[in-house]
Amino acid sequence: MTVIEARGLRKVFGATIALDSVNLRVDEGRILGLIGPNGAGKSTALNAILGLTEYQGELRVLGRDPWLERDQLMRDICFISDVAVLPRWMRVSQALDYVAGVHPRFDRAKAEGFLMKTDIKRTSRVRELSKGMVAQLHLALVMAIDARLLVLDEPTLGLDLLYRKQFYDSLLNDYFDRTRTILVTTHQVEDVQYVLTDLMFINRGRIVLACSMEEFESRYAEVTVRPEQVAAARALKPIRERQVLGRSILLFDHVERQQLAALGDVRTPSIADLFVAMLGDGPGDKGSAAQGATR
Amino acid sequence: MNTPLNSVPQSSISSQALEPVVVSETRPLYWSIRRELWENRSIYIALLAAAGVYLIGYTISLFWVPRSMREMVPPHSTPPLIELAMPYAHAGMLIAATAFLVGIFYSLDALHGERRDRSILFWKSLPVSDLTTVLAKASVPLVILPVLVFVIAVLLQIVMWLESGAVLLLTSASTATPWAPPVFEMQLVLLYSLVVMALWHAPLYMWMLLVSGWPRRATFLWAVFPPLALAALEYIAFHTTYLSTMLHRRLLGFDALAFDLVDKNGVPVDPHFIPLAQLAPGRFLSSPGLWLGLLFAAMFLVGAIRLRRYQGPI
Repeated sequence: MTVIEARGLRKVFGATIALDSVNLRVDEGRILGLIGPNGAGKSTALNAILGLTEYQGELRVLGRDPWLERDQLMRDICFISDVAVLPRWMRVSQALDYVAGVHPRFDRAKAEGFLMKTDIKRTSRVRELSKGMVAQLHLALVMAIDARLLVLDEPTLGLDLLYRKQFYDSLLNDYFDRTRTILVTTHQVEDVQYVLTDLMFINRGRIVLACSMEEFESRYAEVTVRPEQVAAARALKPIRERQVLGRSILLFDHVERQQLAALGDVRTPSIADLFVAMLGDGPGDKGSAAQGATR
Repeated sequence: MNTPLNSVPQSSISSQALEPVVVSETRPLYWSIRRELWENRSIYIALLAAAGVYLIGYTISLFWVPRSMREMVPPHSTPPLIELAMPYAHAGMLIAATAFLVGIFYSLDALHGERRDRSILFWKSLPVSDLTTVLAKASVPLVILPVLVFVIAVLLQIVMWLESGAVLLLTSASTATPWAPPVFEMQLVLLYSLVVMALWHAPLYMWMLLVSGWPRRATFLWAVFPPLALAALEYIAFHTTYLSTMLHRRLLGFDALAFDLVDKNGVPVDPHFIPLAQLAPGRFLSSPGLWLGLLFAAMFLVGAIRLRRYQGPI
């Protein structure tokens, strides 16, 4: 089942094109990472999907028009947009009461169960909690909603490593069940590398890479090239070359691993390595790499 | 699996909406109003504080009652009705005036606060429409505050009534001496006045609500400065005061419409005790000023709902 389907999705702010005729489809049961530099159009795309902003083009989320049917859609979608959006005046018990009051798919017992695993007191106000605890509370509220699509926009920004790891562990172990779909944007790509099933790069309002993680792992390879093999490696047209401690590290797209193994140590690159390779020389400057990525 | 550029199958995007979940229409509204009361505790704390201060002052004033009763000699042994009614009327007026100020400042922050602290992203993540949210916010000055004013004022007046009765009993005053005004009648008039004021002031509150969803800061200035500037411009340019007169009437003009302030003998009625017979609901409900004001209130409300739909965090 297709959860998100967009054709010619476009959004313009004055003279700035935030989304430039984006086409995409996200199927049920996937965890998609939407990665891009600041101002690339990630949040605009998410806002359009969540019915928070008007757009041009065709967009259906769970079969609905998000802009026209936002409140009905929110029964089947959850989102965490940024880490600090829970009202600071609210008590934890009030947050539970309110969500239970307005959300038909909220399971209060489940939320209480998640909170039992934390140090969060029911009587505390949000402003009294640490940033990490606020993220835990928000996640507990969201995970207790029987939603079909969960959208996370920088959900762990500013959290320390332990909280970030805990956040994604909870998401995978206690929430994701292969019938739900998760769409996440983050700059902390190293946190989500082994969480995602699909990857999408967006730059200047256009999608410049879209592939499954299986495809990512089979398609891209990074080689620490032996000095005597550098010329041969360069002949294979790497999409990026960098120097680390005097060694050349080259990133290849669509080159056989057996062939690369003869040149040096081969490994799967990190998402961050590919991101820098494709977009690192300035937004939108790697047109050829981007075109190659979406072939 | 996701599909990149230009590779979406050509089949039309079919409707895959899930089974609708049946939810009572009023349930989100009820919880949205509760949210407003949780968030804005000043709504009731300010009224309770005003009532508390007034009660303390009134209680202290009762220490002087025995002496003033002793000093009364016939034919003035019965305190005039207005004198008896005055403390009760002042109690109601003080709480109503406090509620007016609370309503104005609440409305000015209603849509601004959630944008300022970014919590709008949390509220919008839940299945509550902008219509429901804004209606809940509008209901605070139009319904919740008048109801609270009435309940608190009635309770305050009952306590005052009991206190003054007890003091008179302790001073061995004659039980035949009238010592309180017709409190029940005054409370009915208060209820009527609160409904009148809510309807009459509705465009003011809704204007504030509209403005609260629009500027990034200084909502008070945005709400107050343009009407005052226009009134000043009118006076400077045309030497007329239509706009300032209209604004003044919108603030205080309801009493001349909703009450007969002159009795059938042509004697002016003291506003501290307006008998039920002097209420003029027919004249108030048929006044063009009321309906024009409500029309503007409805337009401002629709504007506020549309603004909330488009607005995000500041």
